[in-house]
Amino acid sequence: MTKLTHLTIAEARDGLAKGAFTAVELASAHVDAMARARGLNAYITETPELALEQAKQSDLRIQAGTGGALEGIPLAIKDLFCTEGVRTTAASHILDGFTPPYESTVSGKLKAAGAVCLGKTNLDEFAMGSSNLTSYHGAVVNPWQRTGSDAKLVPGGSSGGSAAAVAGRIALGATGTDTGGSIRQPAALCGIVGIKPTYGRCSRWGIVAFASSLDQAGPMTRTVRDAAIMLESMCGHDAKDSTSAPMPVPNFEAALTGDIRGLKVGIPKEYRPDGMSDEINAVWDQGIEWLKAAGATPVEISLPHTKYALPTYYIIAPAEASSNLARYDGVRFGLRVPGKTLDELYAKTRAAGFGAEVRRRILIGTYVLSAGYYDAYYDKARRVRTLIARDFENAFKTVDVILTPTAPSPAFAPGEKGDDPVAMYLEDVFTVPTSLAGLPGLSLPAGLNAQGLPLGLQLIGRPFDEATVLRVAEVMEQAADFKALPSGLEG
Amino acid sequence: MSLDTSTVRNIANLARIEVRDEELEHLAGELSGILTFVEQLQELNTEGVPPMTSVAAMTLPQRADVVTDGGYQDKVLANAPETDEGFFLVPKVVE
Repeated sequence: MTKLTHLTIAEARDGLAKGAFTAVELASAHVDAMARARGLNAYITETPELALEQAKQSDLRIQAGTGGALEGIPLAIKDLFCTEGVRTTAASHILDGFTPPYESTVSGKLKAAGAVCLGKTNLDEFAMGSSNLTSYHGAVVNPWQRTGSDAKLVPGGSSGGSAAAVAGRIALGATGTDTGGSIRQPAALCGIVGIKPTYGRCSRWGIVAFASSLDQAGPMTRTVRDAAIMLESMCGHDAKDSTSAPMPVPNFEAALTGDIRGLKVGIPKEYRPDGMSDEINAVWDQGIEWLKAAGATPVEISLPHTKYALPTYYIIAPAEASSNLARYDGVRFGLRVPGKTLDELYAKTRAAGFGAEVRRRILIGTYVLSAGYYDAYYDKARRVRTLIARDFENAFKTVDVILTPTAPSPAFAPGEKGDDPVAMYLEDVFTVPTSLAGLPGLSLPAGLNAQGLPLGLQLIGRPFDEATVLRVAEVMEQAADFKALPSGLEG
Repeated sequence: MSLDTSTVRNIANLARIEVRDEELEHLAGELSGILTFVEQLQELNTEGVPPMTSVAAMTLPQRADVVTDGGYQDKVLANAPETDEGFFLVPKVVE
């Protein structure tokens, strides 16, 4: 029998239903694996007692025939979701000692569906980063290594702990959040599936805010089917989030029909920038061939404002972050550094509590929103954002889905991108446009490069058409037949 | 745009983040690099293009203006570094 930690969510669900193993056995296997894999630093807080207690309850419900859609499935929760009674850090020093007295809507929905919580996964501080190197709780290690090398590589970010946990077989699935690529880029670098749904699909209530017009939660899993199962439990209208879409939740798993004949797939010519590596181009071409073989038609499209997406994002996201992060003042929760005056208390607390990348983004955001610069930067960026969204609207008049690479490079070693913040920002060049337009985007593992590292492809859909994205992804997944396991896997 | 150290000091003050003098120059360099990167947008003509104010094509929902939540002072204060008699405690602000 397959090791319990190597099952997919769908397999575990079926095994639990048949009584092949219990939820407690499944949770115990993960708790043990989690303890052996601490070298990955994927979790900031492990909750083994909670997991085993929840699993015990799941077994009772399964026996009684009252189990939910995710009954007994052990999941990891990104430490950006507030979890009632469980420490929540956002990987920042400034949230020291914070234990939420409430549960985020998304993690609450997973709980209500019967999921078992293994713990809270590591991330870039406040989800700001593409490498997990900015976490106050230390870097996460990617379970994948280059062939013949034991050099540690980053898992991507910001949901790097979630990606490493799922790839490292210490969670069957995990929640992520994505502001400019934070689900899709780490999914690509760790060889797993991750989907950022349409803005408004998942409630943002109870998720530590970074950039509110961009933040979206989504699942990170080892298969497309698992992503469909988890997403269905995570999304739905929530009156507590005014941007939550009042729309019914489709049966995403039922959308996986395997039939994509006649679909038109857009291939944007602007996603082949000068200097893009041959291996990324090759895996993209391979993906196009798989779609053709399945009866879909590739269509070259143009998204002319693509090159302006990153500069737009690096105005809008820091601007919103500078406002959202004003709440960390040392008065109501978290770290407090004493000062003689209230202003001094604020300034000393925030200096001690925020890391370098978060501080940079708050300062940039403060600057672009300040008197005299608002029109030149922030307002300009909002206008360009309209143009970027229009590019996609025009493309979706002729195509059903768009295929691109997820990230410009495979997993890299800490320090390989140098210490220029802008060089790290380029990691999100292919994911940020989708975020600015609020569209659903999914990354799936398409193959390994010459060094044995996973490469991801991204599928982008129309607003609220995650079903088509998932359907196409599942067909590509079959063709890719990605069975490789990370070399750094424990036990 | 190249930021000088006094501008950085001013922004940091607006953001209520204390920055040590010896950090200012390095920080000014990093922030200037980011601003130079984002200034690519100036080459685009956005005349007549409306700013995006909502990524989702929906109007904000409304509800009756009534209290729907509250009544748990203990929970609200549970994570505060310092409290006194049901209040958040801060340094004296009125002389």
